Amino acid sequence: MLKNIEKNMTKEQRLKKRYRAEKRFKMYGLISVSLAVIFVLILVQNIFSKGSSAFSRTMIEVEVNYDSSLLELDSPINQNSLKDADFYDLAVESLLKIYPAKDSKEERQILRLFSPDYEFEIKDFLIKNPNKIDQVVPVKITASDDIDQLNKGNFPRDLPEDRRRVSNYQLNIYDNLVEKEKINKKFNNYLFTKGDSRDPELAGIGGSLMGSFFTIIICLILSFPIAIMASIYLEEFAPKNKITDFIEININNLAAVPSIVYGLLGLGILLSVMEFPRSTPLVAGITLSLMTLPRIIIPCRASLKAVPPSIREAALSVGASKFQTVFHHVVPLAMPGTLSGTIIGLAQALGETAPLILIGMVAFVVDIPSSPVDPSASLPVQVYLWSEQAERGFVEKTSATIMMLLGFLIVMNFIAVYLRQKFEKKWN
Amino acid sequence: MELNNSKIKIKAKNLNVFYGKKQALFDINLDINQKEVTALIGPSGCGKSTFIRCINRMNDVIDICKVEGSVEIDGAEINEKNVDVVTLREKVGMVFQKPNPFPKSIYDNIAYGPIIHGAAENKNQMDNIVETSLKKAALWDEVKDRLNEPGTSLSGGQQQRLCIARALSVNPEVILMDEPCSALDPIATAKIEELIDDLKKSYTIVIVTHSMAQAVRVSQKTGFFHLGKIIEVDSTEKIFKNPANKMTQDYITGRFG
Repeated sequence: MLKNIEKNMTKEQRLKKRYRAEKRFKMYGLISVSLAVIFVLILVQNIFSKGSSAFSRTMIEVEVNYDSSLLELDSPINQNSLKDADFYDLAVESLLKIYPAKDSKEERQILRLFSPDYEFEIKDFLIKNPNKIDQVVPVKITASDDIDQLNKGNFPRDLPEDRRRVSNYQLNIYDNLVEKEKINKKFNNYLFTKGDSRDPELAGIGGSLMGSFFTIIICLILSFPIAIMASIYLEEFAPKNKITDFIEININNLAAVPSIVYGLLGLGILLSVMEFPRSTPLVAGITLSLMTLPRIIIPCRASLKAVPPSIREAALSVGASKFQTVFHHVVPLAMPGTLSGTIIGLAQALGETAPLILIGMVAFVVDIPSSPVDPSASLPVQVYLWSEQAERGFVEKTSATIMMLLGFLIVMNFIAVYLRQKFEKKWN
Repeated sequence: MELNNSKIKIKAKNLNVFYGKKQALFDINLDINQKEVTALIGPSGCGKSTFIRCINRMNDVIDICKVEGSVEIDGAEINEKNVDVVTLREKVGMVFQKPNPFPKSIYDNIAYGPIIHGAAENKNQMDNIVETSLKKAALWDEVKDRLNEPGTSLSGGQQQRLCIARALSVNPEVILMDEPCSALDPIATAKIEELIDDLKKSYTIVIVTHSMAQAVRVSQKTGFFHLGKIIEVDSTEKIFKNPANKMTQDYITGRFG
């Protein structure tokens, strides 16, 4: 240090130099902060610009002729008989009327404007409005992914026809429908209510949302009590000796173990040895709680340690036992830190992908799980699955899922901060 | 002599205390009289606090601390495994250097001790205990209208009196005070000293202090500690007017410490 100070400088020069150094340091800090903010903004902007269109869905309005003779119903018309009826013929007949077709090839192209679920959408409409039987009613039907992307402006129209997924014939129909104002957008409720699908316009995160929910609940139920008990015992009751030192070091090491190792553990023990059902939130929850345990124990112990010893002495000096001191005074005071540590641990578990891939949660699951032992995906794995798909529709769905996942993480972290501040302020 | 007329409440015999390998107290022999204030003085790190923490076995909390020798209260040995520390600490209350009220309401601060010892059968009795404890600690008039406010909202001196009231709430016989005024201003200190003077009518008090003036003002008997040993114990008057030991003389006149 000393040799850096030039001896022949006057006092004013040295002072100026010191102020300049301080100014420079502040500027470096400002630059790093703004860089960080810019990167975050770019990330968020990128996700939002790609993902926001996933929240709307293109619908094509079609005049559907609910001709009961086409349904070949043998029983009187009621909700049950309609549910069993085959609507295929009726649907195809109405859909083909939107534009003249020369041959069966063009007819196929017309049908491909719609999502493959058109038959069920037409059926559901009638089940909801049974009085429309034998009438011609305008029904809005989900457009196929290609038309959806065309309508959202993500589709290059100026490419030669053989390099486009939409033929000239289909483009003509589309333009014609736009002119007649038969094409419109609505809020995409499928994104939240449907499970995974091969067709982007029908794919939703309903399944993975439930999967993540069950996983986190199981993770919470398993890891929270164990972590709390372990940290209270280690911090307050355990004798300080070589064994507890060894345990402490190992807990710290476990928190640093890459998550994929826990996935291998889940695969090797839970699936292979104990034969738990594969791809289920149950296995995911157990695996993630193993991973989360040390990550909760560490902040829990830190918050127990942060309770001033004077409080312990105060309780002991009026004759409280060790147990009473800990559970009447220390634990309540450590609770805010403990809870926020738990929530942050769970938030990490929510975003975890690698261990879930190993225990088979990467499977393509269409059904929405109704219990933790049903096969299911989870939000981060859904992002991984969709990011591998070629269809343009899955790109926006991937970003939308990331938005949902980030949303949950932000909410959880916000709750953690809120809990800590609210309960700590109370007595200060 | 006056000292010999008083009944001995606490008797420490050949007390040795170790923190790990370091010995903190060497063969302490000290008698503490009933219903009197005994002051312990001495430079920092001389073992005064360690000594009073032996009287209610607060040193048990420190893992590396080992206590050897004997401490008797009313002739009963407390340094044995089968002595219940909960009952002991009910009998020997303690007030610490820094006011340490629980982060609870004023009422709950006082009520906690009686609750865990089952001292009150109903709300009325508890209200009574809280009121008498606060009155004994000369705090009642200042806080009677805000018993539900947090104890930490009081001023430093009030907090320390709250801690004294908390110690009194379980009806102790002995009160240990570990530099109770070191974090307080002179006015708050004066109030606490007044209180100590009052309390000695019913309680045996042992006070650790760094202030000679305080020792002179509140105590009847003074013990001078140095480097873990008791150098001199006598009536406060004698210690400060005419100490037998040169070291005591040097310390109280400010030549070292």
